[in-house]
Amino acid sequence: MSLVLERLSVIPSTEKEEGKVYRACATLCFALFFLLLPVLAARAMEIQEVTSPKGVSAWLVEDYSVPIIAVRFVFGGGSTQDPPGKEGLANLMTGLFDEGAGPLDSDAFQIKLDDAGAEMSFDETRDGIYGSMRMLAEQRDDAFDLLRLAVNEPRFDQAPIDRIRAQILSGIIAGENDPDTIAQNRWARAIYGDHPYSRNDQGTRQSIAAITQADLRALHKDVFARGGLHVAVVGAIDAETLKKKLDMVFGDLPAKQTLVSVADVEPKLAQHVEVNYDLPQTSLQLAWPGVKRKSPDFFPAVLMNEILGGGTFTSRLFEEVREKRGLAYSVNSSLINQDHANALIVATGTRSDRAGETLAIVRDVVKRLAEDGPTEAEMAATKKYLIGAYAINNLDSSSSIAATLVELQLDDLGVDYMQRRAGYINAVTIDQVKAVARKLLSAEPTIMVVGPPLAAAGKG
Amino acid sequence: MTSRTEWLRTALLATSLTVFVNNSALAESAVPAAAAPSEFKVTDFLLDNGMEVVVIPDHRAPIVTHMVWYKIGSADEPPGKSGIAHFFEHLMFKATTNHAAGEFDRAVSDIGGSNNAFTSYDYTAFHETVAPSALELMMSFEADRMRNLILTDDVIKTERDVILEERRSRIDNNPQAVLDEEVSATLWQNQPYRIPVIGWMQEMEQLNRTDAVAFYDKYYRPNNAVLIVAGDVEPETVRALAEKTFGKVARGPDLPPRVRPVEPEQNTKRTVTLSDARVSVPSFSTQWVVPSYHTAKPGEAEALDLLAEILGGGNRSRLYQELVVRQGIASASGAYFQGTMLDDTNFTVYGTPRGDAKLADVEAAVDAEVARIAKDGVTDDELDKAKDRYVRSMIFARDKQDSMANIYGAELATGGTVQDIEQWPDRVRKVTADEVKAVAAKYLVLSRSTTGYLLPQQQAGN
Repeated sequence: MSLVLERLSVIPSTEKEEGKVYRACATLCFALFFLLLPVLAARAMEIQEVTSPKGVSAWLVEDYSVPIIAVRFVFGGGSTQDPPGKEGLANLMTGLFDEGAGPLDSDAFQIKLDDAGAEMSFDETRDGIYGSMRMLAEQRDDAFDLLRLAVNEPRFDQAPIDRIRAQILSGIIAGENDPDTIAQNRWARAIYGDHPYSRNDQGTRQSIAAITQADLRALHKDVFARGGLHVAVVGAIDAETLKKKLDMVFGDLPAKQTLVSVADVEPKLAQHVEVNYDLPQTSLQLAWPGVKRKSPDFFPAVLMNEILGGGTFTSRLFEEVREKRGLAYSVNSSLINQDHANALIVATGTRSDRAGETLAIVRDVVKRLAEDGPTEAEMAATKKYLIGAYAINNLDSSSSIAATLVELQLDDLGVDYMQRRAGYINAVTIDQVKAVARKLLSAEPTIMVVGPPLAAAGKG
Repeated sequence: MTSRTEWLRTALLATSLTVFVNNSALAESAVPAAAAPSEFKVTDFLLDNGMEVVVIPDHRAPIVTHMVWYKIGSADEPPGKSGIAHFFEHLMFKATTNHAAGEFDRAVSDIGGSNNAFTSYDYTAFHETVAPSALELMMSFEADRMRNLILTDDVIKTERDVILEERRSRIDNNPQAVLDEEVSATLWQNQPYRIPVIGWMQEMEQLNRTDAVAFYDKYYRPNNAVLIVAGDVEPETVRALAEKTFGKVARGPDLPPRVRPVEPEQNTKRTVTLSDARVSVPSFSTQWVVPSYHTAKPGEAEALDLLAEILGGGNRSRLYQELVVRQGIASASGAYFQGTMLDDTNFTVYGTPRGDAKLADVEAAVDAEVARIAKDGVTDDELDKAKDRYVRSMIFARDKQDSMANIYGAELATGGTVQDIEQWPDRVRKVTADEVKAVAAKYLVLSRSTTGYLLPQQQAGN
């Protein structure tokens, strides 16, 4: 029973620029109704760089208006660190941090956490293992102490391992006949070949069965080290108090991580993938090359993507596919930046008997942008939007601010990035956007069709 | 641990293959605001034309969330016109006599704002988040489209295709959603909650301009709307701007009370089964008709909220601990209660087996926990912890401006008041263990319930 229907389903903020933030937000802030203007970055949100006596650094936004503290941190090296044959290891590990640590078994740990009025969660991506905690300021000592135990002394007891593994297995099995899951697995293999990015983070039936307690301990030892750590804290806590907590939680971890190196990979283009099912709606997904976060093309590409199919109701794809023709409810483009791969993705869902027509229109919109570039009016409007809307996707609660600050650290953007960001956007010229559009969108994309065979559905 | 859906989002570079139904606003609307410190004072007043106004202070950042809630949802639709409320929400973004189509959207995006809208059984809401300096502009756009839409047949036809696509995407492509729709149609024998918010396909296909205009003229009136402004703005400023904009819209005819068909006595256990080739792991849910905050006797809805939390509200709940941890037969099990509804609502328990366990084992174990809580009640410790979690969640809710706006909007659109929200924590605190046991015994009776089964194809006929 869907209780609430939105005009446009809010897709987890495809934070078009700080690529990884998009993922953090997917976890933390599903509903994005928010806006902080750039003035906020300058005026209200003062970021302090805090370093503890033992050398643990964090970015802190001190704010007492709500009596809570949000903590977010990441250790670099996520599911790409899963050894071959043990895929799903990092994912399983993130399910076990509240399942017993130090002297506390699973039950005792969870009861203490509940009594402390705190919420703790861990999750992994391909490139990192993230932890989050939200606590009441008045119970911060108990909460930080539990976080210390979880980070330093996870028990990985056999009973919770088996239980969480069984839950993951259930999820893997549940996807085995699901067209979307099957399609996304096919897609990852098509795009990434045998690169670790092609693997499903959850692993396979066989790989998760092979994981042992020793594997978990080894991964924890290799990844949980100060060398790969970034921390952000937002809320009712001062710098001096935070320094003590940082030392307590992270200060005794090893200095250096031991990571398997991961190669960069270019998405493989010019493929046609069909996953045929008799579905009333066909999903279309298209991939073009992306740009690196540190590339000079980055901000031009951000503008280009926004104009093509970004987060507003005014993009070209929204206008042509939905507003003018009613062919889809959702159509969008996203720039994806990961540590080792970048891409531009367009996705939509459209009635199966008109999927060919929709695909042709999407490709035509892309082609026109590649050939002609944007208009001056689009440039001006999109710059204003991107500058103002940054915080909508990134700063709408203490937790999301903390998540954003961790991503800024990962991307090495500097503590004053929010003040500089508008300047980067304003400096982009229409010629730069034209050039990047030509460069990226002239490529032959990889296309995936999930639904009835496209030919049978009739090309438009 | 990364959920499967999150894995899809990150691993696969794109998101649109997953249908996102945004539940966060729902979860939040079930959790009213904290007993607030003195600076956190919510103001409410009426405009002369009958429009209600609520101002929620939040001065942490120079932003405001502006929402207009109409007390009209899918459960108010005329027979045979299912989906018109949601369809109309879409049409509200079209041209008016003063603004071309898309002008409002561009005005919002030009200032880096965000906007959207949503429809549920009992309400339809439109919202923008912007700098305080743009509040008046947002109000003038909202006031304009309250009465000045231009609805042509062309506009209707294209947007109708969009909602049909939305239905295919949300419902028809998704076996769980198809089942949920039919479970609701079975649980509710008479109440309009039996009809999906998005509408039945064959009725949506027939929605036309005449339907839309009639709907607009009847319900899109200031005296049927609630304005919620949360953020960095003073109540007197909101009042002045609201009078200047919404205040100029003429009051409409008085609407009759929202008295809708209600449930007859239910005396049967019903089951609904969907077997689908896309399903590999079976699951079930059982639902009961229970009172909502609006229809309950004093204290009963609060007791139901606590019952849902203790029985199945997370990994410390009885269902999780018994089925997932101790017996090890389920990968998931829980319970929820959707209290912020105008009419009687539903209470749900659910479970999914894991390993060699059978769905029937999981269902039996869930039923046993339901029976146990109805017979033996809850402990004082369980009750205190559940209350603590609610109080905590209310403090966390204050961290998000839009959460607060949604809580107040949903409450006022479902027959509640600002005072109801403010007094809610105290009412929760007063609930006794006996009262929780009493609502469990009274309402969670299997012989009058509806159970939905989602099964793999090969189990058809089981």
